[in-house]
Amino acid sequence: MSGNTVPTREVARRAFAREFNDAGYTFKESDDERAPVYALLPTGERANRVFVVGTLTETEDIGEDSEYWRGRIVDPTGTFFTYAGQYQPEAASALRDLEPPAYVAVVGKPRTYETDDGSVNVSVRPESITAVDAATRDRWVVEAAQRTLERVAAFDDESNEYARMAREEYDLSVDDYRQTALSALEGLDETDELDAGPGLDAPEQ
Amino acid sequence: MTVQQHAREIHEQFSDQLDVTVEEIEERLDTLVNEYRIPVDEARRSVVSNYLDEAGMDRDELSGGSNEAVLVGDIDADEQWVDLRVSLVDLWEPRADSISQVGLLGDESGTIKFVAFETSDLPELEEGKSYALGNVVTDEYEGTYSVKLNRTTSITELDEEIEVGDDDVVVEGALVDIQSGSGLIKRCPEDGCTRVLQNGRCSEHGEGDGEFDLRIKGVLDDGNEVHEVIFNQEATEELTGVTLDEAKDMAMDALDTTVVAEEMAEGVLGRYYRVTGPTLGRYVLVNEAEQLGSTDAEATLIRARSM
Repeated sequence: MSGNTVPTREVARRAFAREFNDAGYTFKESDDERAPVYALLPTGERANRVFVVGTLTETEDIGEDSEYWRGRIVDPTGTFFTYAGQYQPEAASALRDLEPPAYVAVVGKPRTYETDDGSVNVSVRPESITAVDAATRDRWVVEAAQRTLERVAAFDDESNEYARMAREEYDLSVDDYRQTALSALEGLDETDELDAGPGLDAPEQ
Repeated sequence: MTVQQHAREIHEQFSDQLDVTVEEIEERLDTLVNEYRIPVDEARRSVVSNYLDEAGMDRDELSGGSNEAVLVGDIDADEQWVDLRVSLVDLWEPRADSISQVGLLGDESGTIKFVAFETSDLPELEEGKSYALGNVVTDEYEGTYSVKLNRTTSITELDEEIEVGDDDVVVEGALVDIQSGSGLIKRCPEDGCTRVLQNGRCSEHGEGDGEFDLRIKGVLDDGNEVHEVIFNQEATEELTGVTLDEAKDMAMDALDTTVVAEEMAEGVLGRYYRVTGPTLGRYVLVNEAEQLGSTDAEATLIRARSM
């Protein structure tokens, strides 16, 4: 194709909560002020956007002057935290209206902040949050496992610059993420927490 | 191709009009290529131009000699002379007086736009019939190819029917975004203009009342690649279950057209779809869409265990 002047849209990466929450290192690839910020996934991929499907287990308005919603979204490996305020009006109103527990799909950007004790928390700043069904959640788990395994398989490729970066920035075992993906898949065979009956909360870690 | 082969082809092209020998042509080419170090294609072009002048011909009138017979789906370069075996899929309304026919040709590899000009004085092609077209020229506009018929194009109706394959693509992924300009939109009512009005204005025809239409411009993302897809009115109605009339009512009640896209987003964002349709520039135009449910984990499980 000729004349590729339209800036390419960033792919929404698939990562389980366990890996996403480890992705505390962020970077830019140019000095431009508007250059995209990437979170570095420990399996060796840059993520400027993620797509997550899980169980919304809790919503809370933690804002002081204006509404600021926090949602906890649980997948088979852990919990994603998402925050939506006045600059994410659609996502904020979705969090206000949704009744946990509910399966939700979230498209958003990774955001990090350092806590007082020096650890880095990773969260999702949502572009959209919508309620979805169990089949969509199950499909996401398989897809997230696939993408995770693809990254693990490519981790030792010499040309993989993000794997090299991950080795430098993190002291983490890549095989742990393969294990996590494996148990997530194995867990799919067991009954769905939402289908099992109301009020049954998904496990948190 | 050697210089001699080029010379033979050029000779063939001019044999009816000029009295030149293959050797003379070869000598001219040879001088340019071996003495002046000009690339052979450029040398050929220059020699051909010379003979065109001598013969008082237009480049259009040049017979292609031995063209390559190609499938329309294989056309990937501008200004190539090719032969096609195609059926006429569709005739469109010509937008200019200079155009005698415009429409869509197809063969097993897909379809391609064609244009024939009044000045070429060609017999009219009929929809549904199959033809061997000799000596048509390829053209490119923003990455999309078409062919132009010209004065020297030979048209032979075929007894056999050329089957037309579709050039549809299939893309799969989660619908991660619905872009602006989706939902209930208004199009310019001017004849032949289908531009979407921005704040009640057409970029070509200015202020206008506009005609309501439904559309979704979405993004499908599979975690590795993104595809921009467009659902037209029919596809949007099928995807969302919201008809154009219902959309108008919704907008009327809310005194706001944007509620339509918002309502639609709630029902489709974050779900997985497989869509099929032709591509237009960077978009896939959705003919069919299917929501994807849960998928078999077995293959991924085996992979995870074996790594």
